Amino acid sequence: MMGMTMTQKILAAHAGLPEVHAGDLIEANLDIVLGNDVTTPVAIGVFEKAGFTKVFDPEKIVIALDHYTPCKDIKSADLCKTARNFAKKHGISHLYDVGTVGIEHALLPEQGIVGPGDCIIGADSHTCTYGALGAFSTGVGSTDMAAGMASGLNWFKVPSAIKVELTGKPGPYVSGKDVILHLIGEIGVDGALYKSLEFTGDGIANLTIDDRFTIANMAIEAGGKNGIFPVDDVVCEYIKGRFNREPVVYEADEDAEYDQVVRIDLSKLEPTVSLPHLPSNTKTVSEAAGMPIQQVVIGSCTNGRISDLRIADSILKGKKIADGVRCIVIPATQRIYLQALKEGLIEDFINAGCAVSTPTCGPCLGGHMGVMAASERAVTTTNRNFVGRMGDTKSEVILASPAVAAASALAGCVADPRAL
Amino acid sequence: MLKGKVWKYGDNVDTDVIIPARYLNSTKAEDLAQHCMEDIDKSFASEVKKGDIMAGGWNFGCGSSREHAPIAIQASGVSCVIAASFARIFYRNSINIGFPILECPQAAEAINAGDIVSVDTASGIITDETTGETFEAKAFPPFIENIINKGGLLPYLKEKLGE
Repeated sequence: MMGMTMTQKILAAHAGLPEVHAGDLIEANLDIVLGNDVTTPVAIGVFEKAGFTKVFDPEKIVIALDHYTPCKDIKSADLCKTARNFAKKHGISHLYDVGTVGIEHALLPEQGIVGPGDCIIGADSHTCTYGALGAFSTGVGSTDMAAGMASGLNWFKVPSAIKVELTGKPGPYVSGKDVILHLIGEIGVDGALYKSLEFTGDGIANLTIDDRFTIANMAIEAGGKNGIFPVDDVVCEYIKGRFNREPVVYEADEDAEYDQVVRIDLSKLEPTVSLPHLPSNTKTVSEAAGMPIQQVVIGSCTNGRISDLRIADSILKGKKIADGVRCIVIPATQRIYLQALKEGLIEDFINAGCAVSTPTCGPCLGGHMGVMAASERAVTTTNRNFVGRMGDTKSEVILASPAVAAASALAGCVADPRAL
Repeated sequence: MLKGKVWKYGDNVDTDVIIPARYLNSTKAEDLAQHCMEDIDKSFASEVKKGDIMAGGWNFGCGSSREHAPIAIQASGVSCVIAASFARIFYRNSINIGFPILECPQAAEAINAGDIVSVDTASGIITDETTGETFEAKAFPPFIENIINKGGLLPYLKEKLGE
């Protein structure tokens, strides 16, 4: 028997097979099927057109209306209505609507809907986030979501793997975002195409759960099928009191095969940014410092968690955003928003001159709540900086950590938080 | 046999340029087709003819999982996409909706914009009729071929579940 990676073990277990190998095409049982207000209506159309009348298990389907909500226009209101009606008709209790909704990939872990050992598909590319909890979790399209809702099954090509060995302890203002941007810069936007990114090494102990969510979240930006972390004390502590199913812990075999090993010494990393128009176009913040900006966004499924807001607050508190800069802060879930209120972070942000928004994906995909005009440039904690991603095709997005974003908001240009 | 004029693009064509998110408030294929590629090619949506072929470089369709991307290309009239490689979600989505895609680095590089190209999806043979060159795309594994032959993932699943 050949050794398997962590991802391969989870897939084998969900396919009812003793072992699987890279390249095998398998059908696996799904623990959770997820969709949002953009992708679910398309899935509903496919589901109904094929003549399906029942979902496989209403408790295992999650619909989060997070992208264009609170609805930005009539068309997006129609999309939400379609999803809402479908959820009601099929008894889907995990419908998260305005008032309860958060950005899906912050919301599902927070609510304990996903956990170690799960096999999850989501009709949103950043579904790979839950790998931080030791789950196999991957983004798919709407037809895949429809198939998952109808049958609880989907097909997968078993991925080969890249092992990412993390060692050392990150220095001040170096976070999960800097780790993943650095990695994407090293291997490229298709460096992990069709593969799993398997994170290992004693450096993981020095990364918070929020750092790991951020890292797993952007596995897709390296082309990866998923990113996955081992289940350690930090994960067990996080799921305690949230996750009500029995967690299943998988470990990679000693003799598991990897296509490539990438080693990253966290202590050597610097705050890192991705310049337009690819996430792999990375520079250290000192190389990019001084580029003028008009907007900052702190939020998204990548970096809208409480620790992200705390680090931004530690930089913005008692200061003023630079003239000519709009700083938009978006807590990723209602619970995070409330926590930030209690800790006084929201007051600090408003006093500094930030706009604070209810949870939404909004500006990350150029949807609403911070769309840019031609020739404008933003430093954002989001995940993509493609042409036109946040507005006009001549606007520019620079990806960064919350610390770099906050420092840049004060400076009016790309700035190193260590220099403040 | 598919045959048409080639619209050629570069590496890492992402789903945000295939169909920008500002148009994702519609699920109608014809609405999406009107804005297909507009952020990198303003002329595409108005000038593309039924049967035309799209060619791209490495990592075609990277980024968001939006199925609206292959739907928009298909609804614009394009008969197939040839690329050096495809991002995995775009690859799945195309198969799942029964839209032909062909992975062939040699063809993706050699074919020029505006060439007339014919494609035999069954054999994977790509012929650039303008230059006379022929190429062979990677064949689909039988499992995926079966999904395509059944007309997409949902018809395949219906049959499998015996409904």
